[in-house]
Amino acid sequence: MSEAREFKHIGQRTIRPDGFDKVTGKANYGADLSLPGMIWGAILRSPHAHANIKKLDVSRAQASPDVLAIATFEDFPSVNAAAQRNGSQRKDLMDTACNIFANQKVLYHGHAVAAIAARSQAAAIAALDLIDVEYEVLTPVLNINDAISADAPILHETMMTQGLAEPATEASNVSARMELKKGDIEAGFAAADVIVERAYDTPTVHQGYIEPHATTVVFNDNGPSMIWCPTQGHFDVRARVAQLMNLELGQIKVVASEIGGGFGGKTTVYLEPVALILSKKSGRPVKMEMSRGDVFRASGPASASQSRIKIGAKMDGTITAMQATLHYEAGAFQGSPMGPGCMTVFTPYDVENLYVEGFDVVVNKPKVAAYRAPGAPQSEFAAEMAVNELAKKIGMDPIEFRLKNAAKEGTQTIYGPKLKVVGLVACLEAAKSSPHYNAPIPENVGRGLAAGFWFNIGGQSSVIINLNPDGTGTIIEGSPDIGGSRASMQMMAAEILGVAPSSLNPIVADTEHVAYNQTTGGSRTTFATGMAVVEAAEDIVEQLKARAAAMWNVTAEQVDFTDGVAHNLSGEDQLTLAEICASAEKTGGQISGRANINARGAGPSFAVHICDIKVDKETGKTDVVRYTAIQDAGKAIHPSYVEGQFQGGAVQGIGWALNEEYVYSKDGIMENAGFLDYRIPLASDLPEIEAIIVEVPNSFHPFGVRGVGETGIIPPLAAVGTAVAEAIGQPISSLPCSPPKILKLLMAAH
Amino acid sequence: MRFESPTTTKAAATLLASESGVAHVLAGGTDLLVRMKMGSIEPDLVVDIKRIESLRTLKVAAAGVQIGAAVPAVRLGESDKLRSLWPGVVEAANLIGSDQIQGRCTVVGNLCNASPAADSVPALIAAGAKALVVGPKGKRRVAVEKVVLGPGRTSLARDEFIEAVVLPARTGKSADAYLRFTPRTEMDIAVVSAAINLTLSRGIVQSAKVVLGAVAPTAVIVPAAAKALIGTKLDDAALDKMVAACRAACNPIDDKRGTIAYRTKVAGVMARRAALIAYERAGGSK
Ligand SMILES: Cc1cc2nc3c(=O)[nH]c(=O)nc-3n(C[C@H](O)[C@H](O)[C@H](O)COP(=O)(O)OP(=O)(O)OC[C@H]3O[C@@H](n4cnc5c(N)ncnc54)[C@H](O)[C@@H]3O)c2cc1C
Repeated sequence: MSEAREFKHIGQRTIRPDGFDKVTGKANYGADLSLPGMIWGAILRSPHAHANIKKLDVSRAQASPDVLAIATFEDFPSVNAAAQRNGSQRKDLMDTACNIFANQKVLYHGHAVAAIAARSQAAAIAALDLIDVEYEVLTPVLNINDAISADAPILHETMMTQGLAEPATEASNVSARMELKKGDIEAGFAAADVIVERAYDTPTVHQGYIEPHATTVVFNDNGPSMIWCPTQGHFDVRARVAQLMNLELGQIKVVASEIGGGFGGKTTVYLEPVALILSKKSGRPVKMEMSRGDVFRASGPASASQSRIKIGAKMDGTITAMQATLHYEAGAFQGSPMGPGCMTVFTPYDVENLYVEGFDVVVNKPKVAAYRAPGAPQSEFAAEMAVNELAKKIGMDPIEFRLKNAAKEGTQTIYGPKLKVVGLVACLEAAKSSPHYNAPIPENVGRGLAAGFWFNIGGQSSVIINLNPDGTGTIIEGSPDIGGSRASMQMMAAEILGVAPSSLNPIVADTEHVAYNQTTGGSRTTFATGMAVVEAAEDIVEQLKARAAAMWNVTAEQVDFTDGVAHNLSGEDQLTLAEICASAEKTGGQISGRANINARGAGPSFAVHICDIKVDKETGKTDVVRYTAIQDAGKAIHPSYVEGQFQGGAVQGIGWALNEEYVYSKDGIMENAGFLDYRIPLASDLPEIEAIIVEVPNSFHPFGVRGVGETGIIPPLAAVGTAVAEAIGQPISSLPCSPPKILKLLMAAH
Repeated sequence: MRFESPTTTKAAATLLASESGVAHVLAGGTDLLVRMKMGSIEPDLVVDIKRIESLRTLKVAAAGVQIGAAVPAVRLGESDKLRSLWPGVVEAANLIGSDQIQGRCTVVGNLCNASPAADSVPALIAAGAKALVVGPKGKRRVAVEKVVLGPGRTSLARDEFIEAVVLPARTGKSADAYLRFTPRTEMDIAVVSAAINLTLSRGIVQSAKVVLGAVAPTAVIVPAAAKALIGTKLDDAALDKMVAACRAACNPIDDKRGTIAYRTKVAGVMARRAALIAYERAGGSK
């Protein structure tokens, strides 16, 4: 791929194909499908954070004429008591199943216990009172310190810490430990002139997608059952439901509705299997939706974390050693993003001696799910805060300090591969010359800067492009569009085929109409599905050449195809794509292109953010007065949506750093399960986020694309944290920087 | 549940008086509908008062202001005259929720909802507002601070409702101001708030009223804080004394929105800033 290449469509700011329906309210989201004969499901949720279920009695509900179906854990044939008795129980599905329905124990406030279907939503909710549950309330474990203390109540009696030097002998709330190292950490610190060592913590936060989870399901005994839901990965919904229900993949069809945000939170199943059970039992279509409170209490927030960071450097700015101990809350079941947290924590730095230790800890909170670059914001927050403090200690500008130690092509990562061509240095240089960084820092304002790294992934994507007899066409993909990706697919296909992007209609097909696609996540879609689109379009180009050759009576090698027109290299003849399509009937039938790939070579994306914050010294209130997000996109297919990703990531990270947090009572009841008191930033709270796109092409993608969806949420935590620290003249070690916390720091300093 | 939209206050009073179950007046509905949706109340009767012409009127004059119970908050801000007479009351009403909320919500609803954090209530109390209460036995006039008894509780009888609030005549160099603390710019609930109403003569405070919100079960009038201001030009010593009096009057709770220590401290900060704004608006200069 050549950098100087001129593009016709790529890099333009075209109008997104899904935009009109979305702004006019025509688009159909998760809760928008209603079917004839449809009934409603509702879920009974635990009022306790931690309790044994002594009795679960549905007989009164069963007897009610209003109740059309009831579902509990026992309705999962893959894991229920019968499966246990006959030895077919799928142990690997236990956590998933137990999260969807509590099995003898509730593990968080809002944990689903049973479900009821009735004729209306109100009737279903009212009938929940007919289910009798007797709880034996246990002491909840609400944070890492409590969870790892010697006398902590144990959530799972069978959980033994994996990854210890000596196999564990006693049950623990620590599900796993991991360790990564490079070089000689002791020697590294011995060589340092200055060392910074500090502990940091971050709260439980939610992705805050505006659309609550919802689904409509029709069970079908004589063909595939249908599940309609907003999801980042309908193929994985199909797989999960099939496993839980002992069905074959072909017995389920999942239709991905339009999706009102996911950010990683819509990569798993909560309602879908329940609605399927209720539909099967009632013989009716069943619709279910979560309230906003349910979403906060019982979907998958992001891990709270505790990190200890130690970094040593020489006075000339060379970092000699970096060490981290990272604890992540997994929620009620094991599986926090401790792994990626450990892998990313120090990756922006080319340092010889590294040591990272991670712990996955269960607590009585909802099971965490992915949230943009899962694990990285927490660990990189801690690392970047310490890096800034160290730069200050040795009197170096934070950009110069990072440039001196920046990861680049050939840097050996702690987790395995050497980095290929990456854009961290380019981002730092762009930051250095940005208008923001060169503007003087206003009075009463603190400025913070931080870098961020995320791997990005590739993986499996399948695409079909069908051309119509008039030369228009359809791009059939299977990657739910959560950030404008349909526009990018159109543009990439249009670039190859030499047609107008708007002549190609991109659709996200259901699981029956296109082969398997991995979930939209890991910033993979524009990269991997985009690669499949390019391949499918190239497949079409070959066919167009062959068809033109047939019409001209030459070989395909004698045909060139450029900008949508076939040229006979041995004559004057020309045929447009539309003309070839119009005569397809005579040259062998209609034209489709196809690609089924497992994309490799995803390019990491680095970012650098700059943040100016003003603090009201009398109230502790913070105001972001200026913010710049700089990130390597590889190649921005649609610059507006790339900027949108940078800005969205920055805003979510700012929220995480400033005011967002789950507030629990001492009994483990979530007290702020709504947008009034779970304070995501509002448009009026923030300045325009200045976005600077850096393009260091990824040579593995035909147009140079790197994923951009995730990295942007990483740097804000430390950029904000450092800006606040600078503004108040006190170190920040705990997020969020909410006004009461900041005022306390200010008062303590006096 | 029955839903009624009477067109006269009399009809509304009769409906409320004859309902044996739970009856609720519906003004903007920005509290009532939320509570119904959350399942925390299940009324047998909802009486929408927005069809009653007389409740939709806003009368503004220096001799007195009458804000009908069905006047949405947005209309207060649209009256230049009201803004110049009672800038504090208007800014309080125009802090409620957002543009969308203000298009519906009323200050009487804000009062009757009886939240300790209600924005317009401290400003109304500081202004010396009176509520006009209608019931089967006729009408009565009661000081706004007598309406709210505690969180969610009012002194209204179950067959009474409020027709309007009235603000007294404005004389001399007077002005009010309202400030609240929230971590965000809008769509947030006051962590603490302060309303101050001042009348000056030759730059010296003649009369003052200081009211704090969200620091106790109801809005708190702080006479000692007012006293600290009277006879002064809001010099630092007077302000410090007022701040100390405000903090002493705080009796807040620790909750998800703020701690006791935080609310107590910031109550003083809000009062000081509000006092300075009111003073400047009243023509005082320092
Ligand atoms: C998103 C959102 C944001 C909000 N932000 C704020 C905020 O920033 N500050 C704030 O203070 N509040 C806020 N609120 C709460 C609410 O908007 C206000 O309290 C509003 O003023 C209520 O007025 P209303 O006319 O909508 O009352 P309604 O909901 O109609 O009524 C509220 C209560 O008062 C009773 N009532 C109403 N009118 C009368 C009457 N004439 N006589 C007797 N009883 C009556 C009703 O029966 C009900 O119990 C917010 C609400 C929402 C939904």
